[in-house]
Amino acid sequence: MRKLHQFHGGLHLEGHKSESLTRNLRQASLPPRLYLPLRQHIGEHNKPLVDVGNRVLKGHVISASSSLIRAAVHAPTSGTVTAISDYPVAHPSGLKDTCIVIDVDGEDEAAAPVIPDLQQLEAGEIIDLICRSGVVGLGGAAFPSSPKLSRGKMQGIETLIINGVECEPYITCDDMLMRHYAAEILRGVGYLQRILNPQFTLIGIEDNKPEAIAAMTSGLAHAGLAATEIVSIPTIYPSGGEKQLIQILTGREVPHGQLAFDIGLFCQNVGTCVAITRALEQDQPLISRVVTITGDNIREPGNWEVRLGSPVRHLVELAGGYLHGDSSPLVMGGPMMGFSLSGDQVPIVKASNCIMVMREQAMTRRPGYHDECIRCGKCTEVCPAQLLPQQLYWHARAGAFERAQEFHLLDCIECGCCSAVCPSGIPLVQYYRAAKSEIRAAHKVQIKSDRARFRFEFRERRLLLKKQQDEERRRLKREALQKKKIQAGGEVPIADPVQAALERVKARKLAEQEDSQ
Amino acid sequence: MILAIVTISLMAGLFGLVLGYTAIRFKVEGNPVVDQIDALLPQTQCGQCTYPGCRPYAEAIAHGEAPINQCPPGGQATIVALADLLDTEVLELNAEHGEHLDVPLVAVIDEQTCIGCTLCIQACPVDAILGSAKHMHTVITDECTGCKLCLPPCPVDCIDMVPTQQTIDDWKWTVPPRQPGLTGDA
Ligand code: SF4
Ligand code: SF4
Ligand code: SF4
Ligand code: SF4
Repeated sequence: MRKLHQFHGGLHLEGHKSESLTRNLRQASLPPRLYLPLRQHIGEHNKPLVDVGNRVLKGHVISASSSLIRAAVHAPTSGTVTAISDYPVAHPSGLKDTCIVIDVDGEDEAAAPVIPDLQQLEAGEIIDLICRSGVVGLGGAAFPSSPKLSRGKMQGIETLIINGVECEPYITCDDMLMRHYAAEILRGVGYLQRILNPQFTLIGIEDNKPEAIAAMTSGLAHAGLAATEIVSIPTIYPSGGEKQLIQILTGREVPHGQLAFDIGLFCQNVGTCVAITRALEQDQPLISRVVTITGDNIREPGNWEVRLGSPVRHLVELAGGYLHGDSSPLVMGGPMMGFSLSGDQVPIVKASNCIMVMREQAMTRRPGYHDECIRCGKCTEVCPAQLLPQQLYWHARAGAFERAQEFHLLDCIECGCCSAVCPSGIPLVQYYRAAKSEIRAAHKVQIKSDRARFRFEFRERRLLLKKQQDEERRRLKREALQKKKIQAGGEVPIADPVQAALERVKARKLAEQEDSQ
Repeated sequence: MILAIVTISLMAGLFGLVLGYTAIRFKVEGNPVVDQIDALLPQTQCGQCTYPGCRPYAEAIAHGEAPINQCPPGGQATIVALADLLDTEVLELNAEHGEHLDVPLVAVIDEQTCIGCTLCIQACPVDAILGSAKHMHTVITDECTGCKLCLPPCPVDCIDMVPTQQTIDDWKWTVPPRQPGLTGDA
């Protein structure tokens, strides 16, 4: 038995997992229309590579970017591109964003796969294939996998950590994935091992998922992976947070401002492992994912393998529809870290792990008014990032963002533990998110004004240069004119070239004298 | 996050190099206080402060000739930053110079009406207008600082100032409302 460690704080939450686990994983049908946002993750958003009217096959690249942190988006099925414009998307702002709309033709015709001989490939080539398939981390943040892998490979990895924890209540998509696709997950782990060459691999799963642990353990017996261990960890929220899981499994803390690979660790979610396996073995890009749909206002909670771009409404219909009408709030993600959706027309994206349909707002962020902080210190006790949430709150509220940063606001993982225990019902995380947005915005303003200064000074210099050049041109003209005058004045042409040169110097001196007068 | 850090450091590095070079090449007179003040000004170059640009205003502040509350584009945030730098009192923005807009404006040229006279190009302090003689002009929205200097020279009044579109990228979380009547402010 591996010795496990504890992270600071955390909460024992009611799991609410059984609701969506009573039914097996099912394949979702194709909706009539798919909406694929150009922006799928942080960083630059993609540029469309198709035009309205184009027919696309399943697996065709429809949008991509050339920035460092990028992941292409592929057509999830065959059909015709009918629009590229703004539609509601899964974002807390409720704002619309540009989507590529595909009218599904129902053929599900795929582009011919090109399957490489994986044995022959170098690690770098495998990373390229993963990049081309648009694989991103499926644990929540949807960070593109290939830049992360390149960086991890460069830095050298001692321990590879596979995250099958799924600590947030209600969400069961990874649990289902492990029960059904253990072999594919473990083959994906094998590819990660080939790329990163770690000494150890630890697969962390919370002990409230005995079926998943059993499936993965029996899979591991046949997988032939070296130095790989499945570790059952105690159920406590947020043990699935990257830094928390690292601490539980290795006892090590990722220092402030550093990332896991800075200390030789690399985390990847189980869903991402499946996506990598499919990308490499079947040339199948990331075009679908497992999504949990659950809550007390949905007839048949469960897990579905859904094509990306399917509207949430399609999923709701597959799950038997709303129990008590469609007025209840929809949340993407779980009750702790999720956010409300503007409606059920928003599409499923790579980052969508769960749709919660609740009659009552089950979120820790309660809308409306809250009471004042009574300085009880409960928030500090539970904060897994070992911050001082109360201090962060005061500074965030007062707009003292510098101070908030001194208290490591940017290390807050927005887990919501502090909000959940606060007796005054203060939606602390919302204050932190607001403060973080302000800090980001101020940063952008600074960049913009630095650019403006640069362009302004550049222009000033250009104008100055132009003035100097104009003067120079005028001077040369004058000089030429002077020469002509002298010649026209009937001066005897001098045969001696030395004499001629002297004359010229004299003439120029004269011109310069005139110039300076 | 990483992308942001990389881009910002790259940009900072690049600007640093160019500015470093030009500072040596075109050295006029170095004044670190002016530089520090200038770094806090928004660089809109609009002249609302009554000085012909941000740097002249920075110089005036440094020489004690102007108060710190004359820059509407910078608004209260800039005043607070200036007060912090100079260790002086925070003032209210002087309304005589204009009003601070929360949503910045950008210039839009009505391309149907534009006669291609190039007058606005010559007025724009940050080279944000593209076009050549007798061809319609257009504004590079990302570079426009919203200074409005291009408006007066336009003989056919075809430039409009419009609020920038709110996008997901610059959307902000807001703080929750507090129960009215509660005290205990920090
Ligand atoms: S839990 Fe709430 S009331 Fe208690 S100290 Fe933290 S913010 Fe204040
Ligand atoms: S949301 Fe942030 S401050 Fe609150 S408990 Fe989680 S990490 Fe700590
Ligand atoms: S008002 Fe502000 S932005 Fe405009 S020129 Fe003066 S200092 Fe620059
Ligand atoms: S386009 Fe007009 S408003 Fe925009 S920066 Fe140039 S002159 Fe100012």
